[in-house]
Amino acid sequence: MADTHSTVAEHAEHSPHLRHHFDDMAQQFDSATLGMWVFLLTEIMFFGGMFGAYTVYRAMYPGAFASTSQFMNPFYGALNTAVLIVSSLTMALAVRAARLGEQKALQLFLVFTMIFGTAFLVIKGFEYHEHWVDMKVPIIGGHWDYSEFPQFARQAQIMFCFYFFMTGFHALHMVVGLGLMTTIFIMARRGTFSSSYFTPVEVSGLYWHFVDIVWIFLFPLLYLIGRTKKLI
Amino acid sequence: MQLPLFPEAASAIASSVDYLYFYLTAVSVVMTALIFAAVFFFAIKYRRRSEDEIPPPIHGSLKLEIAWSVLPFLVMLTFFWWGAQIFFANASPPPDAMDIYAVGKQWMWKIQYPEGQREINELHVPINRPIKITLASEDVIHSFFIPAFRVKHDVVPGRYDIMWFTATKPGRYHLFCAEYCGTEHSGMVGWVTVMTENDYENWLAGNGTEGTMAQQGERLFGQLGCATCHQLDQQGRGPILRGVYGSRIQLQNGQTVLADDAYIRESILNPNARLVAGYRTDVMPTFQGQITEEQLLQLIVYVKSLAIQGAPPVSEQPAAAAGGAQPPNQPPTTGEKK
Amino acid sequence: MSTVLQDPRAVETPNYLNQEYGWKSWLFTKDHKRIAVLYIISITAMFFIGGIFASLIRVELLTPQGDLVNSDTYNKFFTMHGIVMVFFFLIPSIPATLGNFFVPMMIGAKDLAFPRINLLSWYIYIAGAAFALAAIVLGGVDTGWTFYTPFSSTYSNTFVITAAVGVFIAGFSSILTGLNFIVTVHKMRAPGMTWGRLPLFVWANYATSLIQVLGTPVVAITLALVGLERAFHIGIFDPAIGGDPILFQHMFWFYSHPAVYIMILPGMGVISELVTCFSRKGIFGYPFVAGSSLGIAIIGFLVWGHHMFVTGMSMYASLYFSLLSFLVAVPSAIKVFNWTATMFRGSISFDTPMLYAFGFIGLFTIGGLTGLFLATLGVDVHVTDTYFVVAHFHYVMVGGMVLAYLGGMHFWWPKISGRLYPEGWAKFACLLVFAGFNLTFFPQFILGYLGQPRRYHAYAPEFQVLNVMSTAGASILGLGYIIPLIYFLWSMKYGPKAGNNPWRAKGLEWETTSPPPTFNFEKTPIVTEEAYAYHNQKETHVG
Repeated sequence: MADTHSTVAEHAEHSPHLRHHFDDMAQQFDSATLGMWVFLLTEIMFFGGMFGAYTVYRAMYPGAFASTSQFMNPFYGALNTAVLIVSSLTMALAVRAARLGEQKALQLFLVFTMIFGTAFLVIKGFEYHEHWVDMKVPIIGGHWDYSEFPQFARQAQIMFCFYFFMTGFHALHMVVGLGLMTTIFIMARRGTFSSSYFTPVEVSGLYWHFVDIVWIFLFPLLYLIGRTKKLI
Repeated sequence: MQLPLFPEAASAIASSVDYLYFYLTAVSVVMTALIFAAVFFFAIKYRRRSEDEIPPPIHGSLKLEIAWSVLPFLVMLTFFWWGAQIFFANASPPPDAMDIYAVGKQWMWKIQYPEGQREINELHVPINRPIKITLASEDVIHSFFIPAFRVKHDVVPGRYDIMWFTATKPGRYHLFCAEYCGTEHSGMVGWVTVMTENDYENWLAGNGTEGTMAQQGERLFGQLGCATCHQLDQQGRGPILRGVYGSRIQLQNGQTVLADDAYIRESILNPNARLVAGYRTDVMPTFQGQITEEQLLQLIVYVKSLAIQGAPPVSEQPAAAAGGAQPPNQPPTTGEKK
Repeated sequence: MSTVLQDPRAVETPNYLNQEYGWKSWLFTKDHKRIAVLYIISITAMFFIGGIFASLIRVELLTPQGDLVNSDTYNKFFTMHGIVMVFFFLIPSIPATLGNFFVPMMIGAKDLAFPRINLLSWYIYIAGAAFALAAIVLGGVDTGWTFYTPFSSTYSNTFVITAAVGVFIAGFSSILTGLNFIVTVHKMRAPGMTWGRLPLFVWANYATSLIQVLGTPVVAITLALVGLERAFHIGIFDPAIGGDPILFQHMFWFYSHPAVYIMILPGMGVISELVTCFSRKGIFGYPFVAGSSLGIAIIGFLVWGHHMFVTGMSMYASLYFSLLSFLVAVPSAIKVFNWTATMFRGSISFDTPMLYAFGFIGLFTIGGLTGLFLATLGVDVHVTDTYFVVAHFHYVMVGGMVLAYLGGMHFWWPKISGRLYPEGWAKFACLLVFAGFNLTFFPQFILGYLGQPRRYHAYAPEFQVLNVMSTAGASILGLGYIIPLIYFLWSMKYGPKAGNNPWRAKGLEWETTSPPPTFNFEKTPIVTEEAYAYHNQKETHVG
């Protein structure tokens, strides 16, 4: 299995997308996808740290945390969940289109994915605005008032901070995802992808699905606690 | 020119800690010597004599690997066991331990005795009596460290930490803050003076004129308006406090909690957190920011002193001089709260 | 080996150093070897900056009173010494320099899997270092490198956020390096290079990369929370608003304990290479040495609570953490025994790299054994937060890790630069480092048990003699560091040229020129033998 690609003369024989330190496209594809999986592993640990801290405080202050779910809008949350799940579907279809070399389908599904991703951020924007109006934003100048449940005011402040951090970092990842999609879309328009080279699409797809999955965990944790039984 | 190489041992556990330390050192010296000797010996015996020599390939030996994994681990288990034993033995103070209260704040130690004496950066204790120190912080994390006693405990803000010791040798010993706490961390040092019983009695009698901690707490109780709602013997807007300390309290959320120092502190600073069943939320104001950790301790000692049914109020008792023992906690009679 | 001085450019084969000239060819390079050299330069600079702080600390501690500088300044000194040394020297050091250079070569690859990400990770490191240096220059940070709350989140009046941002950014550099190594080792091994034939240096870097990838994000979020708390007074770690300062410690040490294994594992990998080469013999117990790297990485994630035995943590948690901390010592011990056994019936030579390896084995043994003292609950209560801990971690970090780094630099210098360093001076410097190190840090074990706490600007007068000894040692140690810096630089112009394999070592990196060509190998090697197959060496190579 000696490599014969290392001399310049054989350069013309393989895909222009092959990077010179790889032996062949298969190795390059495998490396890129493994690389993205490892990166997603680091993201799990990053969000995991926040989930862990959140869990600790939830265990310490169950009543306070349960009281906060009254101020979340589960309609928006559920809508966003649906939006993201559909966007993962369109993303998966985009990757499939890329694998099959279907250029138009690829571009179409990428656009849909971006539309749904943007919709998510817009809905989130509405939600944040609602929180602002309700005086439930403990950061940024203290737009905070928890007189509905004064006995929980301090701990609810912690909870709302976690809410904004976790959804905020998630939204940041969505924005990065949209940037990725835009880049992939432009590359697709230029005809970069084919059934023999679609690595960036595959790898961006993995990223997009991950951001979706993080939301699947965030939604019940932040929106749905305390709604099934009375804790206060 | 002093060159101390080993600290004094002045507490009941100091020597057991030291024996364990010697054992660890002995094993370490032996292990280190063995490795050094082996490396040294092999380096000389097998030094390269010719550029062309080719040593025989020796891949390994499963038996050896198992042996030098399992045997050291077994030795380590002895370290673990002995260390855990000492740790556990030292974890809970005996029930008859004498109480002293220490508040750490940037950058000093404020010591309070139940009899009312107060000191800064000085701790006086009688010999051969278990002493329980309740630790509180006004600000950041500190650590209360007495090297001669081999004890140390972090002092974490927002809660109480307990440590205890029995001093066994008269003398003056260093007290250090051992958790970095800002500018004058290395200035947050003091002295622990261990005295014989007699000397200690004399010292107690000659110091402190503000009244016992319980009396100081009682004064605060009046000044801060606690008495308005918490009356001694009849139901007011707040729970009766006589007999509360040490009892189990039924909370609004259905759980029960032990009314210890931490619970009393929390009830003063964050009354709605664990509210007694049957009382409305948001009635008792919070005293967060209006009261220091020292004052909180005085109030707690006062509430603790209300444990006995039918005993006269604290201010009618003579200021305690001998021994400084608090009235022992007794389980309260039922039907008291609500 | 020729000792006649030659004009470096006279009869040079094309190699990664002379392939292109000019600053652009360096700052936009994708060659892992050039990136490694960029890292060597920046990490050396940060090391000496950290070292300056150490010198200032030791000079202040000559006298019991705080008389050289005021308390705030001293507190900044030890904080910045810690931050710079931990995050900007120890964590990146071997992986980003020797790892970057040699992991691809050792597995027969042309480069790492993601060369551009490799370059990006250097730029990220520089950005992080810029923030850290900014924090220093603007006025410093005084929280200790451990950033304990609520002091760091509420009380400190220094540039905490700036420093935390620097560390946060540097963390991404670490993550990307780890990610790159993992994919490279999985996907880019040359034909015949099975997992069981990998050099132990590769195993060590692989295990390190696992820790980097899994642990670093947790410290990232922890420091982000501290920064946000500081900026917005939220209450996550401030007890006055319901927060828990001990939660910070759990989150911080969840990363920072595995981080110390990030620091030491690559060093252990280097020692495996040195001991085999300079005993001219295969490693004793290859599967156990390789496996122990993985074992340390995994178990290392389970022991963080041993930094918190006196915080009031649950007794049962303390028991668990103590027991696991003993368990994690076993794989380290296995390595020491296997290295020693490798020397048995070997052919030992005393070149400088081997002297550093000897030093490592001795000092790491002492450092590791004193870790057992700290894992022992009853003793830890007395010695935690004292100079005993300071001595312990300097034994493993300096006596272990820095010695391994110096040993590796000397071993691979001929390959990296194409030049030989002066052996006489190198041996002398090695001796200075060993002697200076022990004089600096051994007295600190005694000071610790006596009760001198850490991070003390002024100390009890009876501790002075031991402190003076420690400072004296530090000056010798410092000299031992400066001498190699000088002769390495000197050798780049005046050192004799090294041949392909001056040490007659096994390993794919030695089968190519010194310095190597940009694409490492003329033809991709095909591997047919196990690692360290010294018994197969028949010819005598000259230079």
